[in-house]
Amino acid sequence: MDFEPKLVGFLCKWCSSAGADLAGVSRKNYPSNLIPITVNCSGRIDVSYVVRAFHDGADGVLISGCHPGDCHYNSGNYKAWRRVALLKHVLEEFGVNPDRVKLKWISATEGEKFAQTIKGFTSEIKELGPGPYNDARERE
Amino acid sequence: MQEKENKLKVGAYWASSCGGCDVALLGLHERILDLLEGADIAFWPAATDFKYEDLKSYKRNELDITFFNGGIRTSENEEIAKLLREKTDLLVAYGSCAHQGGIPGLANMSDKSTVFDTVYRDNPSTYNPEGTVPLERSEFNGGELELPAFNERVKNLEGVVKVDYTVPGCPPPPELTQNFLDLILNDDLPPRGSVVAGEKTVCDECNREWNKKSIDEFHRPQEIEIDLEKCLLDQGIICMGPVTRSGCDASCPEMNLPCKGCFGPPSKVDDQGAEMLNSLASILQIGEEGKALESEENVLANLPDPIGTFYSFSLANSIFGGKVEDGGNNERK
Repeated sequence: MDFEPKLVGFLCKWCSSAGADLAGVSRKNYPSNLIPITVNCSGRIDVSYVVRAFHDGADGVLISGCHPGDCHYNSGNYKAWRRVALLKHVLEEFGVNPDRVKLKWISATEGEKFAQTIKGFTSEIKELGPGPYNDARERE
Repeated sequence: MQEKENKLKVGAYWASSCGGCDVALLGLHERILDLLEGADIAFWPAATDFKYEDLKSYKRNELDITFFNGGIRTSENEEIAKLLREKTDLLVAYGSCAHQGGIPGLANMSDKSTVFDTVYRDNPSTYNPEGTVPLERSEFNGGELELPAFNERVKNLEGVVKVDYTVPGCPPPPELTQNFLDLILNDDLPPRGSVVAGEKTVCDECNREWNKKSIDEFHRPQEIEIDLEKCLLDQGIICMGPVTRSGCDASCPEMNLPCKGCFGPPSKVDDQGAEMLNSLASILQIGEEGKALESEENVLANLPDPIGTFYSFSLANSIFGGKVEDGGNNERK
């Protein structure tokens, strides 16, 4: 059977989640691998959410917020940006490929970009293969 | 005789630890005599001559309280932890190793065979031409000898049995131990499951001046001249104070050393290292906002051992718990 990656997406409420909605209402096609979770701001995404997602069986995690300069709360996306940099550094030490985490700026008007991002990320993770805890569900 | 019956029965045990926690118990000095007025020692391998057989002969919950220090590294550690759980009313995880896995937990970044190779073969000071390593079973003089198994990963005490109280620290400061003993002797204990230390963070107890300045470079303590008044994090030294439970009166930062996080995270945090990344990201300035991360590699370059820095004591109790195997190929693009 082909490997179908399980992806978790943390999308900010003001931009990326609205962008995902736009992709939907514009009838864009994209793979159904992503489980989207709307958070108030990308700066609200705790490093431990991402680690926990991997631990519970995710093969890749997408973090998406407003473009730099556009954050609804002024600087939340910059915090997310720096968190992801530190997180990737530590994930690599733990033995997880840092490419499994993707940070993307998607605004509310970019439905097409959202669809393309999911397409691209899904195929990238397909190439990388199963994540560190891919068998989490079977183990339980 | 009447008095004797009312005495508490106290036990102490060391699992995978350095012995420092047993010394910390003795660090109560003459105050330990007050304890012995109200309690008898019924099991303490580091200081007395009780054997496992004695422990096995006790009735269920016969020991009132046991101070368990050390992480769970071998099958022996695990077996005695379970036995003590059965024989003890109040099981206390004493010290960082029993609480979070501690320093021995850092071995979770290597697998069992790597640990054995390092310890028994490759260390420069090791002379072992035959490459002998401990075996669980070996033949000797026609008989068979057994050793406890070396587990794949270190766990904390909570990882194998239910823990009633935790006294954190590496080792727990005598004041904290004394305070806990007072709670026991006065029958004034908090609900079971509590960590008997502060509820805030080390920063809350630290007297250094904090300016919430952003940092653009990491330094190791030996590399710069440390300002005695200012927050260590403000000076670019990674101090685990913001994510470490209070109760030690910030003894390390007060002595010009960054907090290493031995008290573990405060109660609402489940992964101390991840929480530290969160708080570091808030003050870390990489380039200018908007152009951030171009110098990412340079800034992180002076962070040579992130796991040892952020998970010094809590690795075994973190979400990953140690090194993980990426299921796919590990080539970074």
